[in-house]
Formats: sequence, structure tokens, C-alpha cells
Amino acid sequence: MKDLLDDIDRWRADDKRVALARVVDIEGSGPRDPGAAMAVNEVGEVVGSVSGGCVEGAVVTEALSILQGERAPGVITFGYSDDEAFAVGLTCGGTIRLFIEELAW
Amino acid sequence: MSVYADLSAAIRAEEPVALVTVIDGPNTGAKLLVRPDHEPAGGLGHPELDRVAHRDALAELEAGRSGVRHYGPAGETTPEDLVDTPLVRVFVESWAPPPQMWIFGAVDFTAALAKVAKVLGYRVTVCDAREIFATRRRFPMADEVRVTWPGPMFDERGDELGPRDAVCILTHDPKFDVPAVQGALATAVGYIGVMGSRTTHDKRLERLAEAGTDAPEELDRLMSPIGLDLGARTPEETAISICAEIIARRTGRVAPSLRDASGPIHQ
Repeated sequence: MKDLLDDIDRWRADDKRVALARVVDIEGSGPRDPGAAMAVNEVGEVVGSVSGGCVEGAVVTEALSILQGERAPGVITFGYSDDEAFAVGLTCGGTIRLFIEELAW
Repeated sequence: MSVYADLSAAIRAEEPVALVTVIDGPNTGAKLLVRPDHEPAGGLGHPELDRVAHRDALAELEAGRSGVRHYGPAGETTPEDLVDTPLVRVFVESWAPPPQMWIFGAVDFTAALAKVAKVLGYRVTVCDAREIFATRRRFPMADEVRVTWPGPMFDERGDELGPRDAVCILTHDPKFDVPAVQGALATAVGYIGVMGSRTTHDKRLERLAEAGTDAPEELDRLMSPIGLDLGARTPEETAISICAEIIARRTGRVAPSLRDASGPIHQ
């Protein structure tokens, strides 16, 4: 998160809306611990990462749909072990849960 | 100030702070910002929920942990109280100050170790009594360079060290090693490594015994000779072997190659 602050501040100073995705939980093998974070602004600029590159693309899509009001903030799951998991998986076979929200606080 | 402004200021200042976020339940997205010796800021939607989340977040912060916790909507925590209530899931994210590494001895190995330790996120202090060696110019990567003997250093700041921290003694000079080892043993530091050949190690044990440090449970805390058996030769390779040992001690692994072990890679 610390690495994200400068970019987030710059985006917000430019009046760009920002969505924040944070790893809250991992099961099995997972590349990043809870707290790993990435931020996406309304024009699709990205900073940070939440996995080894496996799910970042899908996170950008979800983040943008939150900023566009198409979905509510909440937990999304990536991985193979959950029936409701997104189609995008982790190559390591684990499951990660992210909380995605607009940074409006 | 907004919660984000308070949070980012604390993170930048490396002050301990925890952010509690409701990730599932009524008020999803609600925040409580928790800092030791400060009133909490924000709220999760119920005063009793705020109270228990504040208490739990302080404990998580103390341990440097982040993770998900469950409560009832009015802060219920016991399993009986949680039957038939909707659950509130919160994510407690902790930002603890970085762990410290104190390196005694201003030698070539020190510069390499300080570099690798910085990569791993340590706040690095280099300490040597010799003014001409312990200079900022030689150790620009260190957060702090102290010209002092180990005794005064531990007397002054030893109580800062805890289980996440490391003391690496690279001097292999008995008049420096012995007080450094004794100083480190008097703290709660999680890792104490001491450099030197096996011959140096044996002589050091004799000197420590002469100085009154011979209890097996104390000597058992020393990683001496320092480092994993990687066959490291250069200062940089040695630094990797020391840091790898620190990681393995923290996780309780014996550090074989992943290929030669089985079971999950992460636990």
C-alpha cells in the first residue's frame, strides 16, 4: 500500500476517481499475503499488484465496473477451488479473495 | 481529515496503524482507523461492533498481522451469540513499523548485508566503535550509522528489539563480539547471528563462558557461524545466506531445496 500512495495522491489531485483492490484472504498456495494492493483509476491506469500477474487483468475490469457504478463494492474470489470463482485462476492452484471498492473515504 | 488522509499520513511516517473495513454485511465498505494511543476514527455501524473491532485490531497490529475476522452486527463474538445472526466480516489490515536489523562491525560484508536487508524491508542500523570505518559514506544504504560500543547501544535502545528484529554480529573480534552477543541475549530479539569460522566460534564460546555467558538456553539462541550452508563466498552471497537463514528461522523451516521437499509451498 505504501508504494501506491504517491500515485493515488496524484490521481486524486487530478480529480480522477480511484478504485482500490486489496487481498484479504488466501487459501492454499498464494503468491501475495493479505494486504497486497493495487489501485486503478477511472482512465484505467494501474499501480501495484495482488498476485504474480495471474489476475491483475481481471481486477482492472472489476475495478472499472465499480467506478462506472455497474457493480457494488465487495469481495471477489479468484481460484479453482470455489464454484463461484471467476474464470481467471491462479497458476499456483490457490484461491485469493480481494475486496474491491472505490477509494471515496 | 478523511480516513484515507489519516491512514496515508501514518503509513508514510511509519507509525503503527490498522484499518478495519467491513467487507461483507450491513455497511459494506465502512471503516474504522485504529492507532495506539489515539481515539479510533470512523465507524462500522454499531458502537459495540466498533468497540470490539478496535480492541481486536490493536492486538492484530501489535502482532503485525492482517486478516479477516467475523462478528455479529452488534459486535457479538461468542459462537452461541453468532448462531442465527447475519455475519459481519471485516478485514483488519495492519501497518506495523518495519523490523529492525542491527549490524555490528563496519566491514565489507556489512555493506552487502545492509543492501539485502533493505530489499527485505528492514530498518538497518550499522554500529562500530571505529570512527574511520563507521561512516555514512561507506554505508549509504543503511538508515543509521552509529559510532559506539555494543554495550551503550544495547543499554540505550535494546528494549526496541523484538521477535521480528535481527542482530548480526560481523566483527569477529572478541572485544567487540562478546559484549555484542551479551547485549543481544539480554533483549527479546528474534535472530542473533554471529560471523566467524568454526575455530572463531569455538574461541568465542570460551570467551563468552569466561564472561559468564554459558547457559545452554542462551547459547542456543545464537546462530553461529552465521548463515545457511549455501556455499556462499562473496559478501553478497553471504548476505543472501544470512537473510535466508533469518527467513527460515522465522518460518521454522529447515530450508532444504523446494524440489527435495513436499507439501504446500506457502503456509
